[in-house]
Amino acid sequence: MWFLKLIWKILSIPWKIWEWFDDRSEISKTLGPLLRHPIPPGTGWKYVFGSATLIAFLIQVATGIALATVYVSSAGGAYKSLEFISHQATWGWWVRGMHYFGASAMVLLVGLHMGRVFLTGSYKFPRELNWLTGVILLFLTLAMGFTGQLLRWDQTGVWSTTIAAEQAGRVPVIGHWIARLIFGGNTVGGATLSRFFAVHVFWIPAAIFAVVGFHLYLVIRNGISEPPKPGHAINPKTYRAWYKGLLERSGRPFFPDAAWRDVIFGLLVVVCIVVLAGIVHAPELAGPPNPALIQTEPRPDWYLLWYYALLALTPHYMESYLMILVPLVIAVLLLFFPLIFNRGERSVSRRPWSAAIAIFVVLVVATLWYQGKTAHWSPAFDAPPLAIQTIGFASGPIYQGAQLFHERGCEDCHAIGGQGGHRGPDLSTVADRLTEEQMTVRILNGGNNMPAFGSILTPQDLTLLLDFLDSRTAYKNTSFRRTGGQH
Amino acid sequence: MSLNPNETKPSELRRDFLTALCVGVGGLTALIVAVPVVGFLLGPLLRDTGRKWRAVGPLDKFKTGDTVEVKFEDASPLPWAGVTAETGAWLRRNSQTELIAFSVNCSHLGCPVRWEPAAKLFMCPCHGGVYYSDGSVAGGPPPRGLTQYPVRVRDGNVEILTSPIPIT
Repeated sequence: MWFLKLIWKILSIPWKIWEWFDDRSEISKTLGPLLRHPIPPGTGWKYVFGSATLIAFLIQVATGIALATVYVSSAGGAYKSLEFISHQATWGWWVRGMHYFGASAMVLLVGLHMGRVFLTGSYKFPRELNWLTGVILLFLTLAMGFTGQLLRWDQTGVWSTTIAAEQAGRVPVIGHWIARLIFGGNTVGGATLSRFFAVHVFWIPAAIFAVVGFHLYLVIRNGISEPPKPGHAINPKTYRAWYKGLLERSGRPFFPDAAWRDVIFGLLVVVCIVVLAGIVHAPELAGPPNPALIQTEPRPDWYLLWYYALLALTPHYMESYLMILVPLVIAVLLLFFPLIFNRGERSVSRRPWSAAIAIFVVLVVATLWYQGKTAHWSPAFDAPPLAIQTIGFASGPIYQGAQLFHERGCEDCHAIGGQGGHRGPDLSTVADRLTEEQMTVRILNGGNNMPAFGSILTPQDLTLLLDFLDSRTAYKNTSFRRTGGQH
Repeated sequence: MSLNPNETKPSELRRDFLTALCVGVGGLTALIVAVPVVGFLLGPLLRDTGRKWRAVGPLDKFKTGDTVEVKFEDASPLPWAGVTAETGAWLRRNSQTELIAFSVNCSHLGCPVRWEPAAKLFMCPCHGGVYYSDGSVAGGPPPRGLTQYPVRVRDGNVEILTSPIPIT
């Protein structure tokens, strides 16, 4: 019995330390009311994305600090230190994976949180500032993602820096200055990585901490928005008094009545990040960051693929305008619309336009994302020569034409039999829609983004290519219509 | 310590003055710190790294009609730059005496263009920009041809003048 009492006394030591600490600091008296601030009834699982975003951010802070103990923030040493982290450091691959999937989770969750706030009209009076600070946090999150990708400082990192500088260079008047500031000089070099490192680990996180603090202050100051009800319109003159009455009538303390959902969902997020990092791993590093190594295909991480696709699909004459205006317009719209539409119905069933806008944005981003993922506009440099089965002949002019089709780069942009690039039209059955004369004109003169091969191909090359293309038909009996495979 | 009851209350005017003093002095303090910090951060705009001729190989190494990649060092690499101090260019020898050096950066968004010798085209992997062997645009989004670097032959060696990454 005395033994159990001893254990009880030992176990109660931390509690006594806490009591002493709390007595002297009165921290529970200060923070307790904040934790137990009243919230309206009806908040459920859809209210957990904000806290989950914060948890994902804290994972980034923890894993980022851990990585920084080994990462060398110099242009000459960063790549080697990341190779060490990824392949030799104890659990380095795991922590790096957590940092990668933590970033993805943060982007995803901030998007879900924003979607919930938008669809429930929670940005309306008096919570306009909550929305504005949230939009700033969205931009800061994306900036963290982009600068983090650069800090991998592999070939993709180096070339992404160049692409960022080129885009910044399109800004009127000051574009070239911004580009030079991004490089830290005239070219990618020693100063480039250090600048991005400072931005990624000091400037942006400091800004996130500050804005998150203000965001949370506003959440407590203005209260969590009540689930919207159709017919209950926001009137700025009466809302605050009505909300106060609602909390007095049926408010519940945030902790623990609602906090338990945040805790459970937060645990789920953490488990997903840790497990994905352990099973899927962070992307393998590309080649070393030598700007003279050009056999690379830089792509942004998944959360910016939609913008990458937008730049590729935009008509060339309006590209510079879109490159500057699209982010600007998005920023202005996001920042100003809650100031304009800050009253009226909150229920999405009474705001069909809002629902339509949300669906439209999701569809556009998803479509662009898919386009960016497939990147059909990029030449298929690694496409192997067409198989004999596809060509239909193992020798002769059609076979030789097929070899030329591969060697001269036609296959980089045109697919045949499901093989090759997709920048130009699929030529699997080109002979069914174009005559030999039409093909000749197109090959020699180019057009519609196709280079003119008139000065590149010899007459014999052209003849062999036409032989091959003329055999690309859906009708087997008419394959190779002109010569039957022999000249 | 106790308040002196005889002490007169500061006037509103005095309070206004002290408020302005606090704000003004606080702002001045921040400015004193900010000037050198901002100047340091804007250093890349103020620092001129200059341009230098860099040898990329003997003239005999480059065959007439060929386009090859050459590598050279930046104008003034920082000691810790490592491999990022290197840069590349496409060098084309048109005749016995004529050499052209192209930037490896696509004029669209700066991605590295590749020379496809059999197709005799430069191709960009990012957004599908295509250029002819003379650097002019053959297709895709590039708004203009490939940037050319100054190139010369000195003592039998081909030299390229280091240049900033071309910003379109």
